[in-house]
Amino acid sequence: MDMAVIELSRLQFALTALYHFLFVPLTLGLSFLLVIMESIYVMTGREIWRTITRFWGKLFGINFALGVATGITMEFQFGMNWSYYSHYVGDIFGAPLAIEGLMAFFLEATFVGLMFFGWDKLSKPVHLLVTFMVALGTNLSALWILVANGWMQHPVGSRFNPETMRMEVNDFMAVLFNPVAQAKFVHTVSAGYVCASVFVLGISSWYLLRGKWTAVAKRSFTVAAAFGLASSLSVVVLGDESGYALTDNQKMKLAALEAMWHTEPAPAGITVIGFPSVADRTTHFEIKLPYLLGLISTRSLTGEVTGIEELVQKAGVHIVSGIEAYDAVEKLKMDRNDMAAREQFERHKSDLGHALLLKRYVEDPRTATPEQIAQAAWDTVPNVPVMFWIFRVMAGLGFFFIAFFGVAFFLATVRRFDSRPFLKTALWVIPLPWVAIEFGWLLAEIGRQPWAIDGVLPTFLGASSLTVAQIWTTIAGFTILYGALAVIEVRLMLAAIRKGPVEEHEIPAGEGPDEGYAPLPAE
Amino acid sequence: MAPPIDYEILRLIWWALLGVLLIGFALTDGFDLGTTALLPFVAKDDAERRMVINSIGATWEGNQVWFILGGGAIFAAWPFVYAVSFSGFYLAMFLVLSALILRPVGFKYRSKKTDPVWRARWDWALFIGGFVPALVFGVAVGNVLTGIPFRLDGDLRAFYEGSLLGLFHPFSLLAGLLSVAMLVLHGASWLAIKIERGPVHDRAARFGRIAAIASIALFALGGLFVWKGGLGFRIEGLVDPHGPSNPHFTQSVAVGGAWLDNYARHPWMILAPLLGFLGPALALLGIIRAKEALAFGGSSLGAVGIISTVGLSMFPFILPSSIDPASSLTVWNASSSHVTLFIMLVATALLLPVVLLYTAWVYKVLFGRVTREQVGSNPDFY
Repeated sequence: MDMAVIELSRLQFALTALYHFLFVPLTLGLSFLLVIMESIYVMTGREIWRTITRFWGKLFGINFALGVATGITMEFQFGMNWSYYSHYVGDIFGAPLAIEGLMAFFLEATFVGLMFFGWDKLSKPVHLLVTFMVALGTNLSALWILVANGWMQHPVGSRFNPETMRMEVNDFMAVLFNPVAQAKFVHTVSAGYVCASVFVLGISSWYLLRGKWTAVAKRSFTVAAAFGLASSLSVVVLGDESGYALTDNQKMKLAALEAMWHTEPAPAGITVIGFPSVADRTTHFEIKLPYLLGLISTRSLTGEVTGIEELVQKAGVHIVSGIEAYDAVEKLKMDRNDMAAREQFERHKSDLGHALLLKRYVEDPRTATPEQIAQAAWDTVPNVPVMFWIFRVMAGLGFFFIAFFGVAFFLATVRRFDSRPFLKTALWVIPLPWVAIEFGWLLAEIGRQPWAIDGVLPTFLGASSLTVAQIWTTIAGFTILYGALAVIEVRLMLAAIRKGPVEEHEIPAGEGPDEGYAPLPAE
Repeated sequence: MAPPIDYEILRLIWWALLGVLLIGFALTDGFDLGTTALLPFVAKDDAERRMVINSIGATWEGNQVWFILGGGAIFAAWPFVYAVSFSGFYLAMFLVLSALILRPVGFKYRSKKTDPVWRARWDWALFIGGFVPALVFGVAVGNVLTGIPFRLDGDLRAFYEGSLLGLFHPFSLLAGLLSVAMLVLHGASWLAIKIERGPVHDRAARFGRIAAIASIALFALGGLFVWKGGLGFRIEGLVDPHGPSNPHFTQSVAVGGAWLDNYARHPWMILAPLLGFLGPALALLGIIRAKEALAFGGSSLGAVGIISTVGLSMFPFILPSSIDPASSLTVWNASSSHVTLFIMLVATALLLPVVLLYTAWVYKVLFGRVTREQVGSNPDFY
């Protein structure tokens, strides 16, 4: 196979997924913030909360449109660029995607129109219900796509069927209640809530700094500070590290992001900083805190965290066993009723994927040399320095957000909305959740390499039989289209923010936009 | 644990559900595509264009999910079809996706500025977002009927040997134009029931009449082509409807005219093409007599008839191969496993009725014609 096609397909997927994921987190979080704001409106009946909801709703709409637009691509990309992957795992992977459409996309897309168009057609509580349905839909969508992604990281409930040459489901409940998927769901939606909270807090701070729309800004600030504090705690505490102890492949991911080259006596220490070197297979100048990693990842004092070298050795054993499974599959292709081959397959089937790693070096894995097997075993190690640094940036930001929202929550509680250093900081913090979130995606998916499906299908086997020219065409096309839309979106967003919470048909009420609103109780 | 429904029956149900999804897409998102394809022609000033846009502004997004769900459901129930068709139609799919991407932003961003140049650009973007998918979907169906140049190797990896331009040949262009005519008719009948009577309404009716006649003519021409042009495939030898989903276990060959086999075997199937003619005729009648409900009902029936005709003519084929008929994908060799088909059926049976219920409720809330006056006064309108 042509490795250029594989690398370009990966680039294509990464670009479109990362771009899509610029809009999704804000949608996830802002939809729930809208629910909170509108609930206050319905409960208190105060007009200002209607203004607040409609204002953030307008920004939600600008963002939502691009989330939908770029999401269309995602649904079809597996078939377009990852044709063999789609065949190989469609029996399991397709189901959550279809259910996502039925349960989540219909819900959010059907009600989002009514949310914008239904203000004068629905009673207050019913409109709130509609807004809630949008929030529920977006969050259910995250659930199902992470069930699908969780299965790629930890493929449970399925087995290879030699008669159809693909993976097939045998326990759907296991796929559904995959612990990796559950952890990922909580982690990802919480990250979205943090993102939206930072967004609302930052823009409110800008208004407060300029003394504009302060009644709206103070209330929005307070809601975002509370919601953001809870969410930032949830992101870190319920981070998806708990899934890393499950299988060898997940252990490899953990070892790689910790740059832990060798198994240490339990409980292992955590490397705060250092310089991992792939050539030397060691981490230079590392500063370690004792015990912490063992405690976090195994939730015990005695659990061992396996190092990279030991995991590579195990991978070598799996590859040798996988060659037997591959041999059996080839025999079964010749004769479906070859009982000896069937029995041989049953004994080695869980290692079949490891034999496929050899396809990078030899057409027929059965003819692989010991050197090739050793090479393939080392291929199971993802890019350690990249993982190591990406993780530290992401986790560092995670802890920063807790502190940030802690301060914001304190300020909101004591009604100090005039701390200029904090308001300025809040403005500059706005881009940071996106950095953390995109890095989180990179960490999860680079950490999965060399596998498309952990231990089952190597990424380089999953691509479609396309030409380099075809893929460049779509990469260039999407880049131009997405680039133009990004510029337009950001401009519209900034224009809407500058304009502030005025209704389109209203004439801005002079320089006193706060007039007429009931003051906050403490004012 | 074996699912309580037979594998053969499940495959048949999922074949039918594939049709339901395509029809659902054509009936709902179809009028959105038709409406925006008509946008530059039926609306002359900004207020008129906003009337047209707002006639679908609140509901098009939900309708489009039929398209997304189509992708997801084919992935789940017919993974082979998903893998082969979307990688085969690679650049055509890219074209469709790019056009569809313009829609959400077109609707949302157009009214954010009053600049006429800005708005005119988005009007054309919306036109492309309606016209291009309508055309390419039809072209794709035309290619499915003539067979797609792909083959499967021993590992069931698909290789495609066509090009983007190769997709456009006389028959597929005919199918593309039929698809445009059918959806423009549907869009025109939607505007007929959704827009206040006046200039936009009249222009939509005029285009509706042309589209109805074009639908009937193109559908007849397509039928003639299938009959005389010798299109069709047939399965040779025994078929095991419970067999594993592996195309190498069945033998298919290209046989001229085989797409008409089913009508001789099951005469009731002739109802589908009849409906394909009757629907547009009723729509035409409705438009002429200013009976808008009849027009919309007619264009809906037409879409049901035309899409069912394609499915029934090809049964049990889903994706025949023109260069290696033995690789052809059929109902019996391209589905998901027994367990997955059953689980997905349960999920659909539970969820789809709920979707239909709340969708109906949303349409009820938004019932009524869009007027020029509303466009000027409603701050929530696009």
